Amino acid sequence: MAQRLVSITAALVVAGLVIGPVTAVLWRGGGFAALSAADLAALRFTVWQAFWSATLSVCLAIPVARALSRRTFWGRSALISVMGAPFILPVIVAILGLLAVFGGNGVVNAVLGPLGIPKLDIYGAQGVILAHVFFNLPLAVRLILQGWLQIPSERFRVAASLDAPVFWLLEWPMLRRIAPSAFAVIFVICLGSFAVALTLGGGPRATTVELAIYQAFKFDFDLSKAASLAVVQLCLGLSAGTVALLLSRGDMLGAGLDRVVQRWDGNRLVDALWISAASLFLLAPLCAILVAGLPGLFDLPSSIWPAALRSLLIALGAVLLTMILALPLATKAGEAASLLGISVSGLVLGTGLFLIVQPFVRPSSVALPITMLVNVLMALPFVLRILRPSVQSAKEDFGRLGESLGLEGWALWRIAYFPRLRRPMGFAAGLTGALAMGDLGVITLFSRPGEGTLPLMMYDLMGRYQMEAAYGAALLLVALSVGLFWAFDKGGRVNADA
Amino acid sequence: MLTLEKAVFVQGDYQLSADVEFEVGKVTAVLGPSGAGKSTLLGGIAGFVPLKQGRLRWNGEDISDLAPAKRPVSMLFQDNNLFPHLTVMQNVALACAPQLRPSTEIRDKVEEMLDRVGLAGMSARKPSALSGGQQSRATLARALLLDRELMLMDEPFSALGPALKAEMLDLSVGLAQAAGRTLVMVTHDPADAERVADAVAGVAEGRVWPLQETQTFLCAPPTAFTSYL
Repeated sequence: MAQRLVSITAALVVAGLVIGPVTAVLWRGGGFAALSAADLAALRFTVWQAFWSATLSVCLAIPVARALSRRTFWGRSALISVMGAPFILPVIVAILGLLAVFGGNGVVNAVLGPLGIPKLDIYGAQGVILAHVFFNLPLAVRLILQGWLQIPSERFRVAASLDAPVFWLLEWPMLRRIAPSAFAVIFVICLGSFAVALTLGGGPRATTVELAIYQAFKFDFDLSKAASLAVVQLCLGLSAGTVALLLSRGDMLGAGLDRVVQRWDGNRLVDALWISAASLFLLAPLCAILVAGLPGLFDLPSSIWPAALRSLLIALGAVLLTMILALPLATKAGEAASLLGISVSGLVLGTGLFLIVQPFVRPSSVALPITMLVNVLMALPFVLRILRPSVQSAKEDFGRLGESLGLEGWALWRIAYFPRLRRPMGFAAGLTGALAMGDLGVITLFSRPGEGTLPLMMYDLMGRYQMEAAYGAALLLVALSVGLFWAFDKGGRVNADA
Repeated sequence: MLTLEKAVFVQGDYQLSADVEFEVGKVTAVLGPSGAGKSTLLGGIAGFVPLKQGRLRWNGEDISDLAPAKRPVSMLFQDNNLFPHLTVMQNVALACAPQLRPSTEIRDKVEEMLDRVGLAGMSARKPSALSGGQQSRATLARALLLDRELMLMDEPFSALGPALKAEMLDLSVGLAQAAGRTLVMVTHDPADAERVADAVAGVAEGRVWPLQETQTFLCAPPTAFTSYL
């Protein structure tokens, strides 16, 4: 009973944190404004780019995951780990890396130029999709790889001994089950794209709904239009999120991705080409950041260190609050409630929270706590996707045993559940910390000069074309984000099986 | 005659050596403690476990380098023998039509085989609609339909109750022998060997012991097996 009360309270807190700000924006905006042609174009572009980003990510992930599932090679395990990096990489850093490779003065154009091939233009719809594929290809590979590794090895043996087609017999049924859910998850992620659209998109042909909301706030301060767009975003996100939740299977932890299935089919060379191409696409921008960032570290302005500290505090606060909310919400209903957060525009949430606190405090003085709160709401759906299966299985395995031993409440969690949850909690905390550390969302609207976070500072440096310092800041941001992820993930693994 | 000439199979860090001969048309039980390498032996014969050294011959012909589908072997695994999204008809017909396009003639043969294993009228069902025993029967039907002289059974009936397991063993051995097959079956239960096997190949201490008649093996086992038996 007490547990249920805590769960309901947590769900109400989340619902309040979402509904309250949206209502505040609506109230201050005086209701909804009709959507203009530009807004409808933004809506069309949002769906269009999310569709193509998800389609390309999944289609490219299939041959890469298949190659990884059936080949052993030196560094395979490390490559799979590194493939998780783009997901925790701060968006603004990844964009800088992509610019270094695919930008006007990037490596690719430097090679294409002398060959007489026209230069690639990374700005516009193609750039937005390229960046989304960069972020989501690794996620798709990991999800689909898990599907491959779930096929019992005996079935591959049966197929091999019968000389039966492995694709139609084993792979197609698995892909039919896994690929739609991977597509749906990536589609939802791409729907809320802001930082990518802000830096690589924009203009009438590459503006997402989230970017249109930003423009409504920042340039027009048109709250009613922002509210209307927020509702559009909410409907879009909720419906796609519900479909993703219905289609999704298991956690996204990727346990056991180190296993290689023994196979008797496939071409070694083709597999090697796919693995090499994917590695090059994913690692080249990271290497570019490393190479360009090292000298830039010495050019960093002194204001970078307080900004880094502010980002670190936001990340740690977000981890703590997310975990406090996630554990009681680790139920099907709780996970559904958490979708509210990711479905609403982060900018609208932030603005709404500012409007709510405005009568009591100076809004800019609470910019950091509000950024943290928005990050908590954004991280919750991912965290619950990771935690819920483990919480459920811990309850199924030990709930009755605990009850029979008279354990309840905190004692039951401490003795029976937490030891089982250390690993997924560590992973989820690492993910939350890294995402919050690199967030470039609501802070772009309300931060006062000199009080921004590290990603915002980096964005400013890019805007002022101080590229060397921007690369240095990017490297620092990567080090902090990855370090935070590593520390929590590693912490969760220590004695996790004891 | 299936001959393993100074064969060494490797599975990860584990090695199993075998220098034995299995007689054609006979039933041989592979007996040994858990983790001794019984499944490794069958996997090696079927071509799933790499042969590090030595040779494998079937009636004098070297089959060591042949792919699993090219060996004269059909194999029944402990689990996951059937493809869950295919019907019983499709699962069994894979033996004759691996491309999943069985002709009318093949479909008739499948129906006839299903009848022989006691699954008449169940060809349209999916594996999930079958009991454990019925799934074993469907697997057996496919192995029998697959026209290969050597049948390997890696404890396919271990999940069944004692009575049903005995019934399935009798059915498998009866049908396999009627079709002139040589049968090598893994078991950890000496009673299974006593029930159906002509000979026993003991597996322990990283090697396959020379074949002995079942009664001889069970009454006076090599010292490596005394504590196990």
